[in-house]
Amino acid sequence: MNEKYLPLAATIVVFVALFAIGGILYNNFVSTLVFGDLLADNAFVIIAAIGTTFVIISGGIDLSIGSMIGFVGVVMANLDVVGWHPLVSGGMMLVFGLVYGALVGLVIDFCDIQPFIVTLAGLFLLRGSCFMINLDAVPIRHDFVQDFAAASIPLPGEGELHSSAIVMLIALAAAIFIGHFTRFGANIYAIGGDRTSAALMGVPMRRTMMGIYAMGGFYSALGGVIYALYTSSGYPLAGTGNELTAIASVVLGGTLLTGGVGLVAGTLFGGLIFGLIATLINFNGSLNGAWIMIVGGVLLFLFIVLQRFLVGSFRLRSAA
Amino acid sequence: MSQAQTTSTRSSSLGATLGAIGRHRVVWPLAALALLFIVDFIISPSFFNIRIVEGRLFGSLIDIPYRAAPTALVALGMAVVIGTKGIDLSVGSIVAIGGAVITWRIHAGDPHLLILFIALAVGLLCGLWNGFLVAALDIQPIIATLILMVSGRGIGLMINLLYGGTDPSFTSPLLQGLSTGHIGYIPTRLLVFVFIFALLWTLLRRTALGLFLESVGGNTAAAYLTGINARMVIFSAYVISGLMASSAGVILTADTHTSDPISVALNIELDAILAVVIGGASLGGGRIYLGMTILGALVIQSLTTTILTSGMPPEYNLVVKAVVVVVVLLLQSSNFRSLTLSILARRKR
Repeated sequence: MNEKYLPLAATIVVFVALFAIGGILYNNFVSTLVFGDLLADNAFVIIAAIGTTFVIISGGIDLSIGSMIGFVGVVMANLDVVGWHPLVSGGMMLVFGLVYGALVGLVIDFCDIQPFIVTLAGLFLLRGSCFMINLDAVPIRHDFVQDFAAASIPLPGEGELHSSAIVMLIALAAAIFIGHFTRFGANIYAIGGDRTSAALMGVPMRRTMMGIYAMGGFYSALGGVIYALYTSSGYPLAGTGNELTAIASVVLGGTLLTGGVGLVAGTLFGGLIFGLIATLINFNGSLNGAWIMIVGGVLLFLFIVLQRFLVGSFRLRSAA
Repeated sequence: MSQAQTTSTRSSSLGATLGAIGRHRVVWPLAALALLFIVDFIISPSFFNIRIVEGRLFGSLIDIPYRAAPTALVALGMAVVIGTKGIDLSVGSIVAIGGAVITWRIHAGDPHLLILFIALAVGLLCGLWNGFLVAALDIQPIIATLILMVSGRGIGLMINLLYGGTDPSFTSPLLQGLSTGHIGYIPTRLLVFVFIFALLWTLLRRTALGLFLESVGGNTAAAYLTGINARMVIFSAYVISGLMASSAGVILTADTHTSDPISVALNIELDAILAVVIGGASLGGGRIYLGMTILGALVIQSLTTTILTSGMPPEYNLVVKAVVVVVVLLLQSSNFRSLTLSILARRKR
């Protein structure tokens, strides 16, 4: 097997193992019902994390995901109050995410500032804008929201593939295509592998950097739209801390934070592992939310050490 | 042709002067602080008044350093870590764990002086863990400290369960005295801060450690080749950051005399990083500016105070902060400076 698939394989093994543990502990855990809900409940984080995957593969980082999810929801809810169709306001927010991301990419590349700091400013800016618009949760009452929530494809068994999960899978397919079958995707890997070499080989740096962060902005805005439709409300604190869940999902999915290595598909399973831990702890009922944080941290640690070990041994071997 | 030449020489001499001023790292943060104070003075002319109320100094000029002290402590530790080209995202979690441990041990009935040292030991332990991940396992600092950041507040909640967790409040004359008390007219917290700062300054500038830290941050490989034990140096940076975070944790926990792992010191890591960056240090490592970091923390706190005195809703705080970050970053970028200068020169023609 190609060694680049090893981290992905490890992630899938952990996911299947966790699912099996759930099946041993609880009746009816291994069912399409639980699986369908798992996909739907975590769709918005996974969508946002897919965009982050590109950013991280390019060697950058995006901290503004959670704020973007909150901001998109608040704007959509307020536009709903004045009678906009959620699809129109949602589409507008996707364009906003794209333009915002491109601007972030431009600032990072032109001013040569670390992505960490620029997107940190983005985190403050978007979250602060949420608070400036309104402080309370605003419901989205449009009929479309109910229609969207009701739409689903039945799975074998009792489960169904909810609309948010469908959107997530389409977004994932698009991202896999962009990442692995286009020149732009190859450029992202090249920049992440070695920025200077990529520039010398003729990768258009500014255009690619803007594209990478535009993708990140677009996907986190899409995550925000899905979250707003899924919860049928806009809440200024929505998505707080989701940037960390998204980054952790990407890392669990086998993408290296040093850039240049990773698979978009891995992020799906990384995000699902986080969702599965939460589901398992909810099934138990007697464990509190603190366990989600601790188990998340422990898993993150194990995966990073595993990656470290894998990468270390392969790099050494190929160098020798 | 000659006209174009004179324009370009004029703009370059203008650029040189502006560049020389802009390059001196103390100018921008000081200008920002002065600007904020001027705004404050215009909004509220009594801004600079200092009164004595109940035997202690009272007024905005005391209030700003008083509130900035915990962030400044964390930021000093962060400055050391950033100096080694690292970052420590876990400082907020360290504060949370420290707070939970303090409350737990107070409920268990330990002597309060001992608890002070236990709290610092907790920070030391967290620093050792981060240092182990970064220095021994070679994990990227962002992700290595992300582990404790993600799980730390959960650990704090678990520690709260050790004493039942039903009543997380406490009273402690010693700890609360350190945080909210005053010696003479001066808040004890500021004296504690000056003491810790003096210790850190001595450690970094009167021993070779500061030089080692900066050389490792500047170029790890070169530092290693000159005989510096790069791993130990990086390790020590995270230990220092953990200690600084836990001392801020003592002040913050005693201030509210309760343990609230979920919301205590929320986003303090972002403020601390911001303070370091406003202080002129690059996240690329190689430089530690202790005094400038304090200035950065003061700028951030003055900003918050200004927003509050101006009567703007506190919701605007984050947006204003974001705008300040962007402006500071753009001013630090040489590409952006030359672009604005060339636009200015074109306008003049």
